[in-house]
Amino acid sequence: MWLLRIAWRNFCYRSLSSLLTTVSLALGVALVVMVLAIFGIVTEAFSRNAQVGYNLVVGPKGSALQLTLNSVYYLSRPIENLPYTEYMEYFPAAERAEMVRRFGGDPALGERDGIYASYVAGGFAIPLALGDYLSEFRVVGTTPDFFEKLRHGPTLEEKFSFSEGRALKTHSDEYGYFEAVLGSRVARQMNLSVGDTFQNNHGDPEGKGHGQGFTVVGIMDPTGTPNDRAAFVNLEGFYLLEGHSKPVPDDVINEPATDPIQDASGKLPLTIPEREVTSILVRTGMPMLGVVLETQVNESVRAQAAAPVGEIARLMEAIVGPMLTALLVITLITCVVAAVGVLVAIYNSMNDRRRDIAVMRALGARRETVTGVILMESMLIASIGAIAGWFLAHVAIWFFSGEIEDRTGVQVGILTTSSYEGWVFPLVAILALLAGLLPALSAYRTDVGTNLSA
Amino acid sequence: MQNDESNPTDTTQLNSHVLAIRDLIKTFDQPGGGKLTVLDIESLTIDAGEQLALIGESGGGKTTLLHIIAGLLTPTSGSIRVGNIETTKLSEQGRDRLRAASIGYVFQTFNLLPAFSAIENVQLGMAFGNRPVDITRARDLLGKVGLADRANYRPRQLSVGQQQRVAIARALAGRPKLLLADEPTANVDPASADSVLDLIINSCRDEKIALMMVTHSMPVTERFARVDRLEDLNRVLQSTP
Repeated sequence: MWLLRIAWRNFCYRSLSSLLTTVSLALGVALVVMVLAIFGIVTEAFSRNAQVGYNLVVGPKGSALQLTLNSVYYLSRPIENLPYTEYMEYFPAAERAEMVRRFGGDPALGERDGIYASYVAGGFAIPLALGDYLSEFRVVGTTPDFFEKLRHGPTLEEKFSFSEGRALKTHSDEYGYFEAVLGSRVARQMNLSVGDTFQNNHGDPEGKGHGQGFTVVGIMDPTGTPNDRAAFVNLEGFYLLEGHSKPVPDDVINEPATDPIQDASGKLPLTIPEREVTSILVRTGMPMLGVVLETQVNESVRAQAAAPVGEIARLMEAIVGPMLTALLVITLITCVVAAVGVLVAIYNSMNDRRRDIAVMRALGARRETVTGVILMESMLIASIGAIAGWFLAHVAIWFFSGEIEDRTGVQVGILTTSSYEGWVFPLVAILALLAGLLPALSAYRTDVGTNLSA
Repeated sequence: MQNDESNPTDTTQLNSHVLAIRDLIKTFDQPGGGKLTVLDIESLTIDAGEQLALIGESGGGKTTLLHIIAGLLTPTSGSIRVGNIETTKLSEQGRDRLRAASIGYVFQTFNLLPAFSAIENVQLGMAFGNRPVDITRARDLLGKVGLADRANYRPRQLSVGQQQRVAIARALAGRPKLLLADEPTANVDPASADSVLDLIINSCRDEKIALMMVTHSMPVTERFARVDRLEDLNRVLQSTP
């Protein structure tokens, strides 16, 4: 107890030096804790976003990672588009025939089951059409199935809920095909609410605006997924925008719809040959069928299938992980530098305290005791610095928790800790012991007679 | 076999000599090679409760002798017994224990630790021994040296006389059998010197502590029944022309 008291008194006596050394160590620890927190947040954000309620993303041949990024995270540019008939391959004959009746196209499409229909029985296939923007946010053309069938949350059991309004309808009496549902962040940042209208920009955030606007019919509650930063529009409306119709070659059978739903403005949905999808979110009826379906799609001519979880794990392993590790190493070096600061501060003070050490020896303190006092002082600086740094980091994280939740969906509180943080304190303790070793050795070797007479 | 296992605080076997030195020689290595003998003492004893003033010229080895008795230095040869313990056979840790338990030391320059208050400095006198630190004794000692109201003062807030009084209280705190005082009045003003001297002599008498005080001052020696001259004890000085 007295050793600690002596160490504490020494710490207080050289208050400025001790404080500066402690602050530098605290900043080092704060950096490490923040990097670990970022590591945890990024990892959780990626993994939670990869668990989106479907097991495959299907898109055109190309980079599986790019397909995942643009279809799951709404990042990066879409690779290309797939013909709508590729999407129809996930449905049985009856539903395909219904599509032909509603949209028009080759009647033969409705005479057979889709190639992959058996895999999706009991699951779903939801089309996405990308390429437009609402300011910086992606506009995602999709069907009401997106809100009906997709689930989110830790157990993937939560339906999307709305802070305002409702989900999309295929066709509404009020707005026809031109309805939109906004992710929570889009609505807040764009200051849009139900009843407002907006126009998409074509191609990129600075692109040309489409003349036709969409009316907001719903604002989603925050989900902590990339869906918070997307504007979902009715796929039919998306198709009807200028430039979104695919030219149909003369040799393609394109019969008009027999059971169309006409819009108030007189617009009819595009026929099947005129339609394209950027990607398809697929959940197989049984999870184990996902691998078989993935293989079969990848062996096809036009499409590829990617498992988001695997792609994200590979992305984490290949890019994000090493980057975070590099960042962590840099901050650990900062900690080592701070520990060297502790060493320098204590070592420099040794000249002043040799007499004190000699006096303690004369009072009966052993060499090991005075060595222990110096090591304890180093540990005191480390402990105070580590605790202060930890709090500093968590206060900073808490301060930005709103922003973090908005951007990543990860909720962090002031006491949210990453599993790696448990290593910070032992690490700092070891660094402090090493830093205190040289001054402690100097204390151990202090010559009592010489310093008492000095 | 070393006598490390002896309990330095064991006083049951103490003979009448608190300190007994025999054939003590101390030599130092010289920077240019060779040896320099600074002490060669055939015999020196102090009995329990006895008070001895040791006088001698500067550089005569007085402080070295005190350091050897306190176990801060080891003799080149000879025997030193503190109570019934042969200190030359103790390891460094054993000497540390002995010093903490049985020897008090008052320095010429007080040597209070600046980071600690007066009461804490006194407590430090008990902090390295086997006994628990006794705050009540520390307060009593501060009261005895007239500084009860300065208990929480730092050394720099005290006068030199007050600092030396705190140092005396610290030296007495561990209930030593032998108090070594190295010119304790040399750095205090004459008025304070008397009170410091009174304090040391009276405290040692009251607590039955043997006292060995090194001094230059003849008036100081007049307060002691026994005064030894180092020149008479140290054969090195006798042979010096």
